[in-house]
Amino acid sequence: MSFWHFLQLNWPELLLLVRQHIVLVFISILVAVSIGVPTGILLTRYRALRGPVLGIANVMQTIPSLALFGFLIPLPFIGGIGSRTALVALVLYSLLPIIRNTVTGILGVEPSVREAAVAMGMTDGQVLRQVELPLAMGVIVTGIRVATVIAVGVTTIAAAVGAGGLGVYIFRGLRQYDNNLLLAGALSAAVLALAADLFLGLLERQFSFEGKRSAAWSRVALAAGIVLVVVVGVFALRSPGRSESSQGHVAIGSKDFTESALLAEIMAEMLEARGVSVERRFELGGNLPHEALVNGTLDLYPEYTGTSYTAILHHTPIGDPRAVYDQVKQEYASRFKVEVSPSLGFENTFAILVRGADARKFNLKTISDAAPHTPQWSAGFGQDFMSRADGYPGFSKAYGLKFAAVREMDLSLTYIALSSRQVDLIAGNSTEGRIARLDLFQLADDRHYFPPYEAVYLVRQDSLARVPALREVLAKLANAISTDEMRRLNYEIDGNKRDPKEVVKEWLGSRGF
Amino acid sequence: MAAPFVRNMPDSKMGRPRSAAPTITPVKISLVEFHNVTFSLPAAANIISDLNLTVERGETLVLLGESGCGKTTTLKLVNRLLTPTGGEVRVEGKSTTAWDPIALRRRIGYVIQEGGLFPHFTIARNVGLVPALAGWDQTRIMERVRELLSLVGLDPDRFADRYPRELSGGQRQRVGVARALAADPPLLLLDEPFGALDPLTRASLQNEFADLTSRLGKTAILVTHDVREALILARRIGLMHKGQLLLLETPERFLNSDHPQARAYLDTLKIDDGGKQ
Repeated sequence: MSFWHFLQLNWPELLLLVRQHIVLVFISILVAVSIGVPTGILLTRYRALRGPVLGIANVMQTIPSLALFGFLIPLPFIGGIGSRTALVALVLYSLLPIIRNTVTGILGVEPSVREAAVAMGMTDGQVLRQVELPLAMGVIVTGIRVATVIAVGVTTIAAAVGAGGLGVYIFRGLRQYDNNLLLAGALSAAVLALAADLFLGLLERQFSFEGKRSAAWSRVALAAGIVLVVVVGVFALRSPGRSESSQGHVAIGSKDFTESALLAEIMAEMLEARGVSVERRFELGGNLPHEALVNGTLDLYPEYTGTSYTAILHHTPIGDPRAVYDQVKQEYASRFKVEVSPSLGFENTFAILVRGADARKFNLKTISDAAPHTPQWSAGFGQDFMSRADGYPGFSKAYGLKFAAVREMDLSLTYIALSSRQVDLIAGNSTEGRIARLDLFQLADDRHYFPPYEAVYLVRQDSLARVPALREVLAKLANAISTDEMRRLNYEIDGNKRDPKEVVKEWLGSRGF
Repeated sequence: MAAPFVRNMPDSKMGRPRSAAPTITPVKISLVEFHNVTFSLPAAANIISDLNLTVERGETLVLLGESGCGKTTTLKLVNRLLTPTGGEVRVEGKSTTAWDPIALRRRIGYVIQEGGLFPHFTIARNVGLVPALAGWDQTRIMERVRELLSLVGLDPDRFADRYPRELSGGQRQRVGVARALAADPPLLLLDEPFGALDPLTRASLQNEFADLTSRLGKTAILVTHDVREALILARRIGLMHKGQLLLLETPERFLNSDHPQARAYLDTLKIDDGGKQ
């Protein structure tokens, strides 16, 4: 699909993301200015505060943004997922340049001018308002300009906490190796940053008293810019309120990969069909969906039993699916007041894959069958598989595998590496859509080494009590999706680049849900 | 009240009587008095040591000295940009620490090198600053601004709406003087006001300034390192050195002084053929 064609198909969504992006930046800069400028003024009056306050603001700036989001999520009032957390983080990032430039600007006022002001009998407030602030304004606006450009960049990461914005396209593009998504997200963010820079640059020039007076056109452009900002601001702040349906309201989350978002969308569509209003908080990074579920921001999200068992409950992996499911169900109920739905009917476990041609040639069915061949083979594994408890070290030991070479590479690239004969064995995801397309063969885990990763929904108990439709939908979806079917759905999105909503609607129709 | 400081007033010409004496005290009160004033910064040698000095109404007193001698500090002690660490400075008989600093400063015009004009204000707004702070109405301020600009030799129609950067150094200095005079303060403080100007502009401004102060009957304290300027402008010259007042003489007596510091200054005049008035 050409980029142009992509834009034609997706411009409404792109515009929505651009709007979310502008709103996040606009509000956070507004808040940062109203905190930062007074703080900066205070620091010019109380020299002793200068070091500590600028120090703290400096430290804020050095915390990696993803880590800062991580710290904020568990906090009450300012944390959680969604735009509130993103705004807090953005404000914290924007403070330093604004405070620092306010201090620099005011202290940089020509000493003779300040002395003259005091000697004329101006009070401190008059010196500040009539002399220092107007003369420092150019430098202060530079600070705001820097903060805004930084904020446009950092806001792309806000997508990871479900705050929306252009980061949604960037993250999705990275995951799906879709250059159109990446380009649309990154280009739009770059254009926004440039526009903000240009506009604030014009504003800055209005405050230069040493140079030539600004040309009329730049004042016109500035006025137009201000009108635009105000219009966007008003338009954005008037965003439609949440319409509470009589059938209840449910916030659905998902992890940041195609299958998770797809399962969440299936749930969302089915609930909406039953008159429930749905809030979609998809594509959340790391452990965010779990945290959000436990603190009540989310009502449900799709998960895998093995992940809950090892990553959340910190148990050593075991192979028995029944035992894992029961243990997870019981512990989630007692520890988190969360119910585990019946299995959806498929597992997304590690799939040990070889080329179909090799499997037929050597008559391979199981991993044990392949063991004698591995000393001549090279293997390609994702970073995750190389490092996790149930990954490569335990796996190679369990089957006594020795490889000629082991390459650590990006998971998504291993499929192509295998089919193009760069490597001979990989550990993929069992529901990966490309398995069938690339004629890859999954070897059976005959020693039951890998823990079961049955797909389930995790739902808060209070949500089940509040929204009766949930139980009905969960019952319908029990054992409703086979591994092959999941592979096909994933491929529709990742391989054929189709719209997930469309794919889900089609599937629901075909199943008569 | 001023009696103990007679030794600082050797010249009989001081204290020209003025009709509009602002106090009813029978004893004449000097406009500015320094009483044993010391000024120092923490952990440093004194910048001013035991300074005694009175400035009489209507006179122009020039403090002459090399840079670092404490003459600018002396000036800033008058309008309380600095407060003495010892002794006291009195303005109109009242210690500067007893004055409300804002009220004190609005009674004192202040002119510094390059004028210290506000670059973001027009010339009119710069000149009208103190009247505006004092709450004058806009028409009265504009009248006063036009009057003052004419007084310092600038055409109000040409200059009122310009910004300081659009003016030459000499023009800016004139605006600085106009601004200091705006609210008609009884006292002017001038810190090397003509120092940054070219010799021709400086000479003409010096003459105009001497003319202006005598016409308006203003009291002025002017700080300079230029002995020629001191001789042209001063009613009395105070020679300062390392924070102390060495001499306080009329220009005539200063010219004949045999004090070594005074002679050193006067020797500089001979090089360029002694340009006395």
